[in-house]
Amino acid sequence: MPGTQLLMTFPVTATSHSIADYRARGGYATLMKVLETKTPQEVTQEVTLSGILGHGGAAFAAGRKWQVIKLDDGQPHFLCANADEGEPGTFKDRWILEHNPHMLIEGMLIAAYALQVRNAFVYIRGEFDLPFRRLQGAVDEAYAAGLLGEGILGVDFSCDLVVYRGAGSYVCGEASGLLSSIEGKRGYPRNRPPRLTVKGLFQLPTVVNNVETLTNITVILAMGAEAFKKVGTPKSPGTQLVSISGHIARPGVYEVEHGYPLKKFLFEDCGGMMPGAKLKCIIPGGISTKVLTAAEIESVTYDHASFSAAGSSLGSGGMIVIAEGTCMVRLLQVLLRFYHHESCGQCTPCREGMGWMHRIIDRIVAGSGRPGDIDQLYQISRWNDGNTICGMGDAAGYATIGILDKYRDEFEHFITQKRSRLDGNLEVVAHA
Amino acid sequence: MKHLIPEFERWKARFPKGFESSLVLPCVRRIQEDRGYVADSDIDGLVEYLGVPRMQIEQVLSYYTQFRRKAIGRWHVQTCRNITCSMRGAERLIDHLAKKLGVAPGETTADGRFTLSTVECLGSCGTAPVVMVNDTYHENMSAGKIDALLDGLE
Repeated sequence: MPGTQLLMTFPVTATSHSIADYRARGGYATLMKVLETKTPQEVTQEVTLSGILGHGGAAFAAGRKWQVIKLDDGQPHFLCANADEGEPGTFKDRWILEHNPHMLIEGMLIAAYALQVRNAFVYIRGEFDLPFRRLQGAVDEAYAAGLLGEGILGVDFSCDLVVYRGAGSYVCGEASGLLSSIEGKRGYPRNRPPRLTVKGLFQLPTVVNNVETLTNITVILAMGAEAFKKVGTPKSPGTQLVSISGHIARPGVYEVEHGYPLKKFLFEDCGGMMPGAKLKCIIPGGISTKVLTAAEIESVTYDHASFSAAGSSLGSGGMIVIAEGTCMVRLLQVLLRFYHHESCGQCTPCREGMGWMHRIIDRIVAGSGRPGDIDQLYQISRWNDGNTICGMGDAAGYATIGILDKYRDEFEHFITQKRSRLDGNLEVVAHA
Repeated sequence: MKHLIPEFERWKARFPKGFESSLVLPCVRRIQEDRGYVADSDIDGLVEYLGVPRMQIEQVLSYYTQFRRKAIGRWHVQTCRNITCSMRGAERLIDHLAKKLGVAPGETTADGRFTLSTVECLGSCGTAPVVMVNDTYHENMSAGKIDALLDGLE
């Protein structure tokens, strides 16, 4: 096991997601303790003290986000769990939704109490069918048990929870795009300021946190901020659910304690590469994070500071492992096709830029690449940076620059020789 | 869509007051489940029921990839073509499906049984390649497994 486990602490069975099993594991005792012994301000203080960073990709301190909410402003406040999980390579929140949905609900109720929220939402991507049914089932169980609705657990605290289903849009995973979608509109992101904690859902103060972050709130309030901080590293307290896929022997979701050696995780916990494969590089946290070569991860540990020093970031915890023999030109083609498809079209640099980049890479792969194409990909990536409302344009640029910087020779070969040096392979080991 | 209004009314009760606009996505989804697609008359009905601008509903319908204005095959075979799935055989699988069904992605078989689509990441990379048939994920797919699955469908 890759270090201390805080969320994956029980064996998954046919009933482990039910309220009865959750209660048998001590579930909802933390909520009761919080409602009986803590003020909302004390809860936010505990979360701030824990130092927990957001698990959705941006790693923003959850406590700092919560502190922006003014409890006495006389306005309704909203809470949204982001379960849109659309960053390619990421499937960790699905584990929580399918196997531990009550821990998310408990975390959301604690957050709703701290932020004085009457109406909370979980925004779940439209394709997730089993995760939706599991979560909706858990919400129904919680209503029946008096844990949601009016006068929760007999105290003066009421909260309703709606599970809101998306309908196919990557950009709705961006917090403001997500709120536009809950308003029943296109998932267009919004300019900041104002921050969503000031003007969010229907222009009212709203906290949007990732599913894993909110699930961890239950853990923090159960064990206390001081004990939580002892897990992980001083700058990255706690753990991360890592979803690992690609040319790896045992793909899946693992809970990794921050500070755990990356190579040990890959080669011991995940069983190393697929038989016959050799490590070329990894995309550490969803495709929008910069690729790291085998040499670059030699002494990296799984925490924000170490990944940042190596020139990338933990992102969403969606790690893609890539073997020697994989054609990076074709790989970038898949990424750029995706970004082009998912650009919402609101901002010109992203709407046009993604299309230009996609057409350039298609041209290279078709054997019609031109001498200036690599420079043009760099140029468009830089044009986008900071010139769009949301981070998608920037992210596509970072991913592109990361691959071009490290594998430029493969692109030059493709353009001059009109073919891939690696036969265009993405699938290096034939799989059943 | 009129017969679905009692169901919509129950949902409304869990939303805060004044959130009628939020019901656009859930209502459109339910209408599509019911009819298979969203017809002009459904849009008229929703404009009247929710009191939102017609433009908002049209925008939602054209923005989200899961919503459609036309009928498709009984079984919607959606194959992920994003990075991990491609690294674990999705490209071969899509070629196989196109050949087997005799249609290109985006098309429906002449007998109306299958519509083949390619989609972006479904969030199932640990069990790639993944194919979604109607609402259900089928993971760790191969040509043999997809044949067995599709041959068993009406």
